[in-house]
Amino acid sequence: MATEISAVQAPVVPQTRGVPALLLKLRALIALAVVVAFFSVAAPNFLSASNFLIMFKHIAITAILAIGMTYVILTGGIDLSVGSIAGLGGMAAGTLILNGVTLQPLGVVVYPSVPLVIAIVLLLGGFAGFLNGVLVARFRVAPFIATLGMLYVARGAALLLSDGATFPNLVGRTGLGNEGFPWLGSASVLGLPVTVLLLAALALLAGFVARDTPFGRWVYAVGGNERAALLSGVRVDRVKIAVYVISGVCAALVGMIVASELVAAHPASGETFELSAIAAVVLGGASLSGGRGSVGGALIGACVIGVLGDGLVMMGVSEFWQMVIKGLVIIAAVVLDQLQGRLTAAGRT
Amino acid sequence: MAVLRAEKISKAYGGVAALDGVDFDVHAGAVNVLVGENGAGKSTLMKILAGVEQPTAGRLLLDGEPVRFSSVREAAAAGVGIVFQELNLCPNLTVTQNIFLGRDLTTTPGVLDHASEQARARAVLSRLAHAIDPDSLVGDLRVGEQQIVEIAKALVDDARVLILDEPTSALSAAEVEVLFGVIGELKQAGVAVIYISHRLEELMRIGDHVTVLRDGRLQASRPASDASVGWIVEQMLGDKSRDRPRRSGPPAGQVVLAVEGLRVPRPGGGWLVDGVTTRVRAGEVTALYGLLGSGRTELLEGLCGARPAQGSIVLAGEDISGLSLADRCARRLRFAPEDRQRDALFHNLSVGGNLGLSSLWAFVRRGVIGGPRERSAIDAMMARLGVKAVSAGAPIGTLSGGNQQKVVIGRCLMTAPLVLLLDEPSRGVDVGARGELFETMRGLAEQGLAVVFATSDLVEARAVADRVLVMAGGRLTADLPIDQADEATLIAASNGVGDPSSRSMELAG
Repeated sequence: MATEISAVQAPVVPQTRGVPALLLKLRALIALAVVVAFFSVAAPNFLSASNFLIMFKHIAITAILAIGMTYVILTGGIDLSVGSIAGLGGMAAGTLILNGVTLQPLGVVVYPSVPLVIAIVLLLGGFAGFLNGVLVARFRVAPFIATLGMLYVARGAALLLSDGATFPNLVGRTGLGNEGFPWLGSASVLGLPVTVLLLAALALLAGFVARDTPFGRWVYAVGGNERAALLSGVRVDRVKIAVYVISGVCAALVGMIVASELVAAHPASGETFELSAIAAVVLGGASLSGGRGSVGGALIGACVIGVLGDGLVMMGVSEFWQMVIKGLVIIAAVVLDQLQGRLTAAGRT
Repeated sequence: MAVLRAEKISKAYGGVAALDGVDFDVHAGAVNVLVGENGAGKSTLMKILAGVEQPTAGRLLLDGEPVRFSSVREAAAAGVGIVFQELNLCPNLTVTQNIFLGRDLTTTPGVLDHASEQARARAVLSRLAHAIDPDSLVGDLRVGEQQIVEIAKALVDDARVLILDEPTSALSAAEVEVLFGVIGELKQAGVAVIYISHRLEELMRIGDHVTVLRDGRLQASRPASDASVGWIVEQMLGDKSRDRPRRSGPPAGQVVLAVEGLRVPRPGGGWLVDGVTTRVRAGEVTALYGLLGSGRTELLEGLCGARPAQGSIVLAGEDISGLSLADRCARRLRFAPEDRQRDALFHNLSVGGNLGLSSLWAFVRRGVIGGPRERSAIDAMMARLGVKAVSAGAPIGTLSGGNQQKVVIGRCLMTAPLVLLLDEPSRGVDVGARGELFETMRGLAEQGLAVVFATSDLVEARAVADRVLVMAGGRLTADLPIDQADEATLIAASNGVGDPSSRSMELAG
């Protein structure tokens, strides 16, 4: 549960009283229940197991980005570059599988195995995040601007890798020992898609780190009061760099999942993903000014957005109306957040 | 004659009574003093008078007519202004812009009248006899100067009732005199001043009527001429004894912190701290006394690494002057800043989360925090410092100022520091809790800690310290053992008139 207070020094969840306050607090869950109930009635086949598996694969894309984004937003930052880094990650995986790496002095082309490809791409995403973090923490560039810059740089790099073309048919070749890339996006283990299992593992890990480790506490502290964190001996710069690295790694993973599902990497892949991720985090009750929010909340937020998207498609609602409705849901979430803030302030001595 | 009268005011927060049937008369042309321990209900009463909050029961009478203030704006329009203890200014705006924030003067509707605003800001600031440039950014001002801007903000409204919530807590002695002058003028002009302070001597000096609150109830009220400091303390605390005999200090131990030629540059040229050389010993409480702007805060910040500084700082034999703040913390040099709200508290964390933040690694088990050892350490620290909170899980914002301060100090203590630097530790802490705080500081020294605290309060410096350092103009002007630190000497030194025979003068020169 995202909103549970258990440990003595868990971050404080705003304490409000009464039934309306409770409803506000659980609004993300309620919203999820409402959209699921609505589509169960309105869209035939919505409630089927196969539809849920497909939906969860869609949700996983937003949710994994939202996990990284949660950390960034908890420190009071924002990461606009995740969509582009996802695009770059997919393209990087594509070029590694199709073209390999040319070792200049030897003139030999090496084709890394799929696990190595994944590792390299994750490192690449982490490096892009590291650059974001260094800009924000050391050069004091506003996170919005730093990551906006990275949004363009990473997208440009993705396009440069193929001169704008798509890398097709990423199955690898038997002789080169680099087969198996589609496994990530389309295989199932014990009846569950690998993507969904990955999401579950990541979510558990991220939730644990946020709540139960020193690093997690520092993230909350930096977002709650950066100067106080600094004066308390927290290495604020490192914490900030770390959260952007985490976000970059998550983005690269998402890029590979998308490329793997399609068995092709497209340089425009991942556009506007950052907006869904931010929306999911905010829907899940995080404050954009930092210090408040949770991984669990972001997951629920991602579910709301995912279910809404798929449900509307199943109902045959036009893409344009889908955008309007998603926008309204996000605005409603922030308005409710403000209401909760006001209730909390009123209850405080 | 009472211009504003509160009748049988009660206020409850979620079933907990903060005020219980309090009567309070505010006399025009007089200083109406309100005293009580933290949590006695002073702030709540003031918030109700100023329209910040509405009473659960009871009523307000302004000139005999019942009134209801549903907002600060309504109260201000009726002539009731308030200066909050915590500053409410926009650091990114100029002094003038802050003064007229929300009541902008316009030439034609929608167009700001910069000239008039400037002129009136200048006028009100000169009435405060304070040389603050109305065009300077509030963020560039010191806390004391910002306080003056807050007062100017209230004065520009032509308030008939002016509430000052601990206005002097951040002011130097000279600024306090300025403020008292202004209060005297306001009295002459018929303004009713409501004055809240923990400095009892101040209250006795300027108060006309004294009202004491205790546990949310009206305890006593009488003209100041009939009151004494002893009477006030008795009314505030009841039978709790507050006598603390001055102990004779243990012999000071090893030098743990040696500072040589420390300089802190002033942004834009010059020095905030200009060549300070001194030594601090284990087991010693050192007061760093100085007026606002003397460089006392900057010296502490330079020592802990919060400000760039030059010169050598040797902590337990190791030169730490090149290290970052976090590295100095790791070497057990700890700093508790003056402005708790801005620099020390995490409102998104619980009391326990605030206490444990600096010592997470010490209690980590298999990478996990919040285990039983940490919880019991936090509970032990809360008990040791007497932090009054429902539990370690309570939001930090529900604690009184004194208890919040204890949490900030407790956070430092949980790291088992060698040297503890405290900047104005008693700011906003009530009298009873202050005593406990000072006892805590003394107790820490007895356990071998070196405690250095900056203060602008003479009495405090002399009551707590083994030794007093005095700063003026960024330099040390006196370094006196407590038995030689009489008030006259300290005041002279804080004005830059050092005793030529003083040891530190030779060192500084």
